[in-house]
Amino acid sequence: MKKSICLYFQVHQPTRLRQYRFFDIGKDSHYYDDFANRTILKRVAQNCYLPMNELLLEAISKSKGKFKVAFSISGSALEQFDRYAPEVLDSFRKLAATGSVEFLCETYYHSLASLASPSEFLHQVMKHKKHVEDTLGVTPTAFRNTELIYSDDIARQVYELGFKTMLTEGARHIMGWQSPNYLYLAESQPKLKLLLRNYGLSDDIAFRFSDKGWGEWPLTAEKFVGWLKDAEGDIVNLFMDYETFGEHQKAESGIFDFMRSLPALVLKDGGFDFVTPSQAAKNIKPVGSLSVPDPISWADEERDLSAWLGNELQQDAYNKLYGLTEKLAILADPELWADFGHLQESDHLYYMCTKFFSDGEIHKRFSPYDTPYEAFINYMNVLSDFIIRINNAQ
Amino acid sequence: MRVLMFGWEFPPHIAGGLGTACEGIVKGLAYNGVETLFVMPNASGDEDQSATTILNASDVAVQNVSSTVEEFINKVKFFYVDSNIVPYVDPDEYFEAIEKMKANGLKQTTIGFGQKFKFSGKYGANLMEEVSRYAQVGGTIAMQHIDEFDVIHAHDWLTYLAGIAAKELTGKPLVVHVHATSYDRGDEKHMDSRVLDIEKRGMLAADRVVTVSDLTRGIVINKYGIDPAKVVTVHNAVDFSGREDISVERGVKDKVVTFLGRITFQKGPEYFIDAAAKVLKRTKNVRFVMAGSGDMMNRAIRQVARMGISDRFHFTGFLRGAEVQKMFALSDVYIMPSVSEPFGISPLEAMRTGVPSIISHQSGAAEVLKYALKVDFWDVDALADDIYALVSYPALTEFASKQGYDEVNELKWNGATAKLKKVYESLL
Repeated sequence: MKKSICLYFQVHQPTRLRQYRFFDIGKDSHYYDDFANRTILKRVAQNCYLPMNELLLEAISKSKGKFKVAFSISGSALEQFDRYAPEVLDSFRKLAATGSVEFLCETYYHSLASLASPSEFLHQVMKHKKHVEDTLGVTPTAFRNTELIYSDDIARQVYELGFKTMLTEGARHIMGWQSPNYLYLAESQPKLKLLLRNYGLSDDIAFRFSDKGWGEWPLTAEKFVGWLKDAEGDIVNLFMDYETFGEHQKAESGIFDFMRSLPALVLKDGGFDFVTPSQAAKNIKPVGSLSVPDPISWADEERDLSAWLGNELQQDAYNKLYGLTEKLAILADPELWADFGHLQESDHLYYMCTKFFSDGEIHKRFSPYDTPYEAFINYMNVLSDFIIRINNAQ
Repeated sequence: MRVLMFGWEFPPHIAGGLGTACEGIVKGLAYNGVETLFVMPNASGDEDQSATTILNASDVAVQNVSSTVEEFINKVKFFYVDSNIVPYVDPDEYFEAIEKMKANGLKQTTIGFGQKFKFSGKYGANLMEEVSRYAQVGGTIAMQHIDEFDVIHAHDWLTYLAGIAAKELTGKPLVVHVHATSYDRGDEKHMDSRVLDIEKRGMLAADRVVTVSDLTRGIVINKYGIDPAKVVTVHNAVDFSGREDISVERGVKDKVVTFLGRITFQKGPEYFIDAAAKVLKRTKNVRFVMAGSGDMMNRAIRQVARMGISDRFHFTGFLRGAEVQKMFALSDVYIMPSVSEPFGISPLEAMRTGVPSIISHQSGAAEVLKYALKVDFWDVDALADDIYALVSYPALTEFASKQGYDEVNELKWNGATAKLKKVYESLL
């Protein structure tokens, strides 16, 4: 049997908040920095989404459909494409039309709802599923949670929402001696199949590709195919942010040339085939089941929730936000629900992370704020206004 | 009666409260028939000179006015140390000053006789050098104007060396005015011994030491060992003339309880937060605002988050000019829980806006404000009680607001400086 290669790319853009001061509370309920959101989205579209989609489309057509990839595009990102760069949506539709691209389901707002509230989780998953159907014309059948967050409890909920396949991190502290290069089952729900990210090979592309201090630099497609051959097991899951291509790894690094040569080289070898997550779950035999009592994720060294809920600032903001679920339940105001959704984007909590010494640099690189404290103050000011609106609507 | 006065700043360009107090004092003295020559390191030319004559030390060349000045300069040179430890600056300003210095590649220069020195007049990284240069120029100015004054008056440690130089050269009596001491700025372990030394030299050399409160008078006597017989309290006042009442539209319906000032140990921010948490347990219709910045700000934010009250406790960051007035106008209760406050002018500003204030007994303002509510800074329960009362019982709030407004309007510099005039007269 051939070894399967499963490529999945995450597409997400947060809805960044404007500077929102105490003096604005109760007076101005527009929370977003439209200018920054538009500018950043247009830049990333030019550097990454448009050229990379084009590259993948070409690779699929050259391979006569044998090259396959999967995407998950958050609802927040889909909204921004629609508003600022509809041509990106068109190019994703072209990819969908090839039949070689699978689109996954996630929480619409790239949120932590799976941890906070089963009803909110259900609401967002269904909202995302419907939105993907409406915009891209395909129905998602596999699920990836925000930042690959996963636990036994989440597995049960995801299966009940109708998904038979889920993606998560091959976290070392969960896997122990086991390899991520096999198909597994959820111990809490044995009908749910799990694909585990091979973080070593994924991060070779996503994080290390342009690092000249890395012993393996420069990474060529030939070298990488060699590593895929050496990898034991049935499947190699390469999961990464889509912005890797042209944003995190700039075009000058040669990342596009690398990705242009990789599909043909992999197929030429004869020992591999490309699969999408749902195909992998159907074709490959599971080797065992995994128990994950405490949530894992693909973030930082810890591969846990500490990037979003690691300090008291993040915990208080999170508790205050999800404390509103009950009051919102009886309100049918679409504007309130949209703001509630955007305020749930996990990015807002990520900006408040204070892990300065190890992964703080990564956090800082992606944050519009100078310090986590500023991120917290601004977020809480916005949330305070939002709470006033909810109370007024009761 | 004529006074040669050494200050560090004067409105409109001010970094702290010292400049505002100096303006009130010279105006009050003018009202009481006392003429002043006001020396400052770096005048901009747009200062209001209706009540005083301003002499800009940056315009004056150092002169070899007598053999003693050389000896004195040799003494003050001791204080010129190329160091960045400056206790008077808040961390933000300090950081900015250092960055600016690096960017400009500023070199510290020495001045010789016949040369001028361009002072920054700020509380920057080369403060110590400026202080000793100011003494050299101050001595020169005193000799140049020797026939134009009867008494020398120096405000805070920054100007004490200039005051001493003027006294040594002219033989005229010296008054030093203590607006703050090292003991109010931090605990004894973290004090800058150079500042402490200048403070003590100034107080010892002075013929009279004026303090802004009895609290500060006690510190001067007990901590600096100054003879009580020469230490006199003249409480601060505040000048509201030309102040326009601003009206603001409120965004929140809840009562707003405000802390406004540097977020440092001295100001007691953590007691405010503890009290806020207690009040919020009993009533929800209230919000707390901590306006300002400082080295304890991040710690304060964490404390608020840990207590789970961050949806009701807001931070504004550093507020400038009109924003400060706006913040007072948006407030229902003002809190100053200072651990040690020589005077503390902010509750007067609040009460002038009709905002009832709760202040700590450990502040000079507590000695003059009858209609402010007073608690010990550490007594968080009492503070919470008073906040709760002021947001819950309109009768109390209206009473405190009205009486407080009338009270602070009576605290005029004309009265305070009449006492200051008596101090001068006792020296002649």
